[in-house]
Amino acid sequence: MNKLLKNAIWILIAVLGASAVSGIALNRGENISALWFITAALCVYAIAYRFYAAWIAATVLVVDDSRATPAERLDNGRDFVPTNKWIVFGHHFAAIAGPGPLVGPTLAAQFGFLPGTLWILFGAVLGGCVQDMTTLFLSTRRDAKSLGQMTRDELGPLGGTAALIGTFAIMIILIAVLGLVVVNAMKHSPWATFTVSATIPIAMIVGVYMRYFRPGQVLEASALGVILLLLSVAGGRFIDDHETLRIVFDHEGLILAWCVMAYGFAAAILPVWLLLAPRDYLSTYMKLGTITLLAVAIIMLQPDVKMPAVTQFIDGTGPIFGGKLFPFVFITIACGAISGFHALIASGTTPKLLSNERDIRMIGYGGMILESFVAIMAMIAATVLDPGVFFAINSPAGVVGAEAIEAVAKISSWGYPVTVEQMQNLARQMGEATLFARTGGAPSLAVGMASIFGSAFGEGMLALWYHFAIMFEAIFILTTLDAGTRVGRFMLQDMLGNIWPKMGETSWTPSVILTSALVVSGWGYFLYIGVIDPNGGVNILWPLFGIANQMLAAIALCVATGILVKSGKLKYAWVTGLPLMWLVTITTTAAWQKIASEDIRIGFFAAANDLTDKLAAGVLPPAKAAIAPQLIFNLHLDAWLTLFFVSLLWLIVFDMLHVCVRYLSGKPVLPLTESPHMPSRLVEDWVRD
Amino acid sequence: MSGKIKTFWRLLRRLSGDDAYEQYLKHYARHHQADAELECHPPLSKADFFKQWQDEKWNGIKRCC
Repeated sequence: MNKLLKNAIWILIAVLGASAVSGIALNRGENISALWFITAALCVYAIAYRFYAAWIAATVLVVDDSRATPAERLDNGRDFVPTNKWIVFGHHFAAIAGPGPLVGPTLAAQFGFLPGTLWILFGAVLGGCVQDMTTLFLSTRRDAKSLGQMTRDELGPLGGTAALIGTFAIMIILIAVLGLVVVNAMKHSPWATFTVSATIPIAMIVGVYMRYFRPGQVLEASALGVILLLLSVAGGRFIDDHETLRIVFDHEGLILAWCVMAYGFAAAILPVWLLLAPRDYLSTYMKLGTITLLAVAIIMLQPDVKMPAVTQFIDGTGPIFGGKLFPFVFITIACGAISGFHALIASGTTPKLLSNERDIRMIGYGGMILESFVAIMAMIAATVLDPGVFFAINSPAGVVGAEAIEAVAKISSWGYPVTVEQMQNLARQMGEATLFARTGGAPSLAVGMASIFGSAFGEGMLALWYHFAIMFEAIFILTTLDAGTRVGRFMLQDMLGNIWPKMGETSWTPSVILTSALVVSGWGYFLYIGVIDPNGGVNILWPLFGIANQMLAAIALCVATGILVKSGKLKYAWVTGLPLMWLVTITTTAAWQKIASEDIRIGFFAAANDLTDKLAAGVLPPAKAAIAPQLIFNLHLDAWLTLFFVSLLWLIVFDMLHVCVRYLSGKPVLPLTESPHMPSRLVEDWVRD
Repeated sequence: MSGKIKTFWRLLRRLSGDDAYEQYLKHYARHHQADAELECHPPLSKADFFKQWQDEKWNGIKRCC
């Protein structure tokens, strides 16, 4: 009877989920409540977790709860520590969920709410969650080795090197695009600039507090930091109202970009305890707190989604970025559906804490489900805005025109009515001078969040909510930026150490300064070009980031598929093989279009040639003619970079297929590197948590 | 109710690393009995432990996109 009841409940969830998904999919022309999105998401997640994830864990991976994990075997009380599963879940989620799932869906909303929502839901449960869970499992069985190490051990040195280069490249592009998002949010906004700059000294105060004043009192110091951050949000209004002080914080994008670069360099060479670690505490609390608040507000308020299901921009003419629905929606939304970067956390970091293999489903699969849910909320926050307002905030000046009247006329002509007064009113409510052409996702998301928070918790504080949302995004974008620069520095030192051993010493000052400067100039270059590009830069950088991130995911899935085949589980290899094929398809198609398309808004070479012709014909306005040579060079560089990424991807795919074919035809391959089975002893005395 | 608040507080402390030193002392007591008896490797002080713990925590890829 009990079993019957359980079955009935699952059938009910399935029916509810199916009707919510089809309700969203078939809705045409009417506003639809955000509650449908939440319902559809929760049902899809519940079913996938209960059945698909459980089946993968039990049948494909065969997790063994009697087997000691690396955390138990290598327990040293520091980095290898068997830990309660909820704590591991918290660490894992805090590590994987950055600004990516907030920015991607916001940009992809230009296709309408439907394509992005479906990809976030089904991409996650069939691709992203599977990737995270399998990588976590494989690394746990291999003494918590990193993805690069596993690739080298299982596929060979070729794959290992490709994984290393891929990781380094994605880091550079990622930091550049995130830097650009922050710069676009701070551009000519004294309030936002003040609040974001204030996070730096606040982090330092917290750092000194927990290092020297009260060593190890993490919570105490963080509470102080959170209070100071909230004060800085409120204090920004004072700065904004002050005649002289506001000038100090009112800057062009380019100056802000130089500041971000200087900050990145400083963060990479300063000791971690002063800036990086305390900033990370603050951003983690802000992130978890704000995401919870957003979920509560959406459920309380149930706002209507105003964006149409599908817009005319699926034909590739979208203002935010060029390119057709296929493949660009899948490239634009990487984090939230499938993100290769997670494989770096799921291997190496999280397995060192895992106390039992049976928690792999909850942490690997469940962690990604939660990130996917964050992406759904970002999609809701972007699509509750009037479509006209959404496009006015996100369309770069190069596409709709620099003057407000011009931009409004253009956007209204697409069928998304918006007026200058409406935009001015909105900007005034948010405490900003203008909201036009703030490409990048952060400002429109902040407007969306502010209106949701404002309706749920009081209209009077819209400007405060807006700047709170900007601060919240900026603080963990900057955390990714400085953590990423530092990791890039270590990787570069490691690589250079092979040539000149002295360079590999991570504490040798000349090496620290040189490698930090190299990494910062790497992403700084792309950031600089992104800022001076009149088309906003995001339209170039974000697809590049998406391609790089999906490439990394493909590497992780290659390793997983290769290991499944080598373990004699050919019949289950489709579990990772199918998402891999899909990723290879979309990445290759997108890369091909970015390189070969004749459309100047998509193809890098086409755009470069067009610009060269116009420059030669002398038809460019002087301001644009001055930067044209740099833009042309950059377009060529981007094209070659894309080609490089996609070649790297195919190299690894062939490497994996080569290993599989050799194994299946009985030829020798690299042996499996799984650590031998040792019985777990934690089961009986597992009472201390 | 107060039990739940206590559990939440414990989770929060563990998650943030607030109780990392206490955990380290427990680990020391369990695994380094011999060291303690011979007095050759006494446990680290809280400040020293925290320094090492923090530096180690940030060695590698810790944050994602």
